[in-house]
Amino acid sequence: MAEFIAYLIAGLATGAIYALAAIGFTLVWQTSQTINFAQGEFVMLPAILILALVKLAGAPFWLAAVLGVALFIALFGWGFKITIVDPMIRHGVLPLAIATMALAIIMKEGAKDGFSAEAQSFPSLLPAQTLSFMGISISLQHIAIIVVACVAIGGLQWFVTRTRTGRQMQAAAQNPGVALILGIPVARMVMLTFLINAGLAALASVLISPIYLAKFSNGEVIGLFAFIAAIVGGFNQVRGALAGGLIVGVIDSLAAAYVSTSYRLAVPLVLLVIIILVKPEGLFGRKEERRV
Amino acid sequence: MSDIPSFTGNVPSPARSFWRRTDGVLITLLVAAVLLWFVPAGMGRYGTYVLSLWLVTAIAVMGLNLTLGLAGLKSLAQAAFMGIGAYATALLTTKGGMGWLPAFAISGLLTFAVGLVLGFPALRVKAHYLAFVTLAFSTLIWLVLRNEQWLTGGVFGLSNIPRPTLFGMKLDGHLAFHRFVVVVTLILALALWWLIRSPWGRAFLALRENPVRAASLGINIRNYTLLAFAIGSAYAGFAGALYAPLVEFIDPSPFALSASFFLLLMVVAGGSGYQLGPFIGALLGVVLPEYLRVTGGLYLILFAAIVVALLIACPQGIMGLLERGWTAIRRRPAGRNLPVKESAL
Amino acid sequence: MDRRMFVAAAAVLCLSPAMAQEKVKLVNVVELSGAGATAGTNWKNGIDIAVAEINAKGGILGRQIEIVHYDTQTNPGNTRAAVQRAIDEGTYAVLGPVFSGPIGASMQISQRAEIAQIVGGEAAGLTKQGNPYLFRTSLSQSAAMPKIAAYLQNDVKAKTVAVVWVNNDFGKGGRDAILPELEKRGIKVVADVSTEQGQADFASDAIKVKNANADAVFVYLNEEESARFLRAAKQQGVDKPMVGETTLLGAKVIELAGEAANGVKGHVGLSIDAPVPAFQEFGKKFQQRFNYASDHNGLKGYMAVYMVKWATEKQKKFDKKGLADTLRGARITPKDEPGIMIETKIEQNGDLDRESFLAEVVAGKQVIKQTLPMINP
Repeated sequence: MAEFIAYLIAGLATGAIYALAAIGFTLVWQTSQTINFAQGEFVMLPAILILALVKLAGAPFWLAAVLGVALFIALFGWGFKITIVDPMIRHGVLPLAIATMALAIIMKEGAKDGFSAEAQSFPSLLPAQTLSFMGISISLQHIAIIVVACVAIGGLQWFVTRTRTGRQMQAAAQNPGVALILGIPVARMVMLTFLINAGLAALASVLISPIYLAKFSNGEVIGLFAFIAAIVGGFNQVRGALAGGLIVGVIDSLAAAYVSTSYRLAVPLVLLVIIILVKPEGLFGRKEERRV
Repeated sequence: MSDIPSFTGNVPSPARSFWRRTDGVLITLLVAAVLLWFVPAGMGRYGTYVLSLWLVTAIAVMGLNLTLGLAGLKSLAQAAFMGIGAYATALLTTKGGMGWLPAFAISGLLTFAVGLVLGFPALRVKAHYLAFVTLAFSTLIWLVLRNEQWLTGGVFGLSNIPRPTLFGMKLDGHLAFHRFVVVVTLILALALWWLIRSPWGRAFLALRENPVRAASLGINIRNYTLLAFAIGSAYAGFAGALYAPLVEFIDPSPFALSASFFLLLMVVAGGSGYQLGPFIGALLGVVLPEYLRVTGGLYLILFAAIVVALLIACPQGIMGLLERGWTAIRRRPAGRNLPVKESAL
Repeated sequence: MDRRMFVAAAAVLCLSPAMAQEKVKLVNVVELSGAGATAGTNWKNGIDIAVAEINAKGGILGRQIEIVHYDTQTNPGNTRAAVQRAIDEGTYAVLGPVFSGPIGASMQISQRAEIAQIVGGEAAGLTKQGNPYLFRTSLSQSAAMPKIAAYLQNDVKAKTVAVVWVNNDFGKGGRDAILPELEKRGIKVVADVSTEQGQADFASDAIKVKNANADAVFVYLNEEESARFLRAAKQQGVDKPMVGETTLLGAKVIELAGEAANGVKGHVGLSIDAPVPAFQEFGKKFQQRFNYASDHNGLKGYMAVYMVKWATEKQKKFDKKGLADTLRGARITPKDEPGIMIETKIEQNGDLDRESFLAEVVAGKQVIKQTLPMINP
């Protein structure tokens, strides 16, 4: 039993990483009904930017962190919206989805050629301390990730449902036409969503990288798992990302323990297929209306 | 069904008339095949190999073009289907001792069947869920190819895959094999050309132009979409059946998820929905990197940047750009109708 | 004036054919993108250092080296194209690739062209195919693993072992090579844990290892995954000896894993921390030029170029086939060619034989405990 709980805790800790990365999928989906295939790279890049500022420009870490995150939000929140999303969305969602695949390649190869092909250690804001009880251990860093993921998602949920701006944002996402008639600044709301998305990705990056190390190829794995998490939890709900991430993390951990380590990745994937067939809107998603 | 996006949905559909006047496509295919038969004579092994690799990739992209450009379905498993075809052919011709032709046929049938089995439940739910299911499928296939070492050779791959001997002709040399690839590519391209002009293809175009009306005319959307996906997958199987003897070695890496993404980018770069688009897309994806190989990893960035720029400027890809350019030229001498040539690239 | 021009013209006339003849082309075909990018980049950087050194000292037999790097995307089809291109372009020898899949896809081509291909692959199977043009730059896994198994038996005195490996050609090859060696020595494998390259978290793998309760843990992962596994193991309270091969004891692992790397022991082949002055000097040069620590692939790439240099100077001409013939069965000592760094014997099948080391990480430093002799000196 203690063993099972140890696996469970380890899974929850990893799952929180996926959850944090998965929020972005749901945000972009809600505003533009498209999949951002570069989401994993969105989580990979901020840490690399920060390290690049430290190593290449010689900035102290705190300054590099602030500048790096700001730069990232400007480039991949505002810039992404202006240069990629806006010109493409009028052609339908497919070109946009495909453009994000190309963007993923650019970000990944750019990080490799522009910075390093090596994994880099990334300073942690928290001490690498471990809490242990009854043979079960969890690090402070993992606890922080779980807490931040919950707070971020709770905060977003509160913002969207309880504040005026948040409600406007949601209205703009759900029915831009009507929202516009009601006098909601739809364009500004959509932009806000993309800025929040980039900010959360940067937050995820800073939290994950001390454990995961900063490396150009990190986006592949994080992106894939976050994607599975978003589908399992429900693409159209922010809280779905949290639930999906934790579920996928736990299942992955248990699969490695009890199924097979070389097929551990298969178990979440099979789960994904089953979810799509049985409850396509995801476990915690809202049923989508068919829009003709 | 707004979830089936069509690139030409908002534009006054250049594609509709384009599909109709396919004679230009036919002429281009035949002329290109003759050229490709003779061109490599003085190119050396490397040039010939790259041309063959281009054509083999183009076959897989052709299939994906049918799935994406015609049925509007995002398949993220085209490389995985290619892998199924490649491993089936490799195993059947080495361990199974079978000739290439039956192995080729089996690879196509197998991927067609898998396409049906995979697409049926996914499309029952919602068209864009096919993307999710194929993404999972793609990774699962990769895991099986890597883990089942007793069958697939695992991470060490399968080597010494024989090149075919057909009707007593040994196609071992690089030139003979290249010409063989040209012939197979031509046959497959012609089959697709015919398919699109057939009643089935016409029904499909109707469906793409106006799904609601097509449905009211009694066209079963789901069956047609499913069939398009399965045929598209079978083309990946055919491509794989050629890839294995071309490289004479396979391992799981060219059939991973990222390779499927790359094939999708080639469809879009070439021009989704255009019959000649896949050849242009594969040219950008396979031949261009060879020219830019000296740049190290930078050419990947360059290729991706080209795709993004194309998507922003002209989502119909390079074929769309060419067509746009042609229309602009044609409009000048107003009223004159030039029937065939415009699709002839 | 006239005379000066004449002299200049004569100089140009004399120089230009010599200039044209002076360069010798070497093509490096390696993984610069895709799954092998990290290993391939180290290999490439090692080559660049060697080429710069040799060219600065006047080249090989007076000819400068022109080095070209072609990316394989870690894809067999592209590797084949690149190797074919290298040969069509008249490369003197093919350097790389590092991953065994791409090597397997391209080695027949250099064999057909009778050109030496000097690779970074360690998988045992590569040299078993009877290809006389294939040469390694490091010990094969089938040579390294018996040493580890013997170490586990005699020094660690383990009766049971948990094996943790990365599921790519490097890790799988090592795992397949050590299992029979352990069995031969009566050591039981109680946990056989495969991990993915780039896996997000190693906590569940560490728990699995902990619960297996083996006498020792054999870790065979790439450097960065080694570091992350060590940290996860420490966090989960795994207190059994961690034993590994070259990649577990490198400077990179110590840098990334910090305290968790202390107490790790094992076998070291090529390592910039090994007690060979030339290795350490290479490590410094590499750090200086590329601003990070080289892994074993950097050393391999560096040596590959010097193998070409040594054999060319030995045969005293630029004969492609002769290069392979000279390398086969050769014994290269640092006295003859300092760039080879450590005495290296090349077997008939392209395998290498060298001294290697048993080491331990003590207080953040790799300490060499013992030098192991060549297998067939």
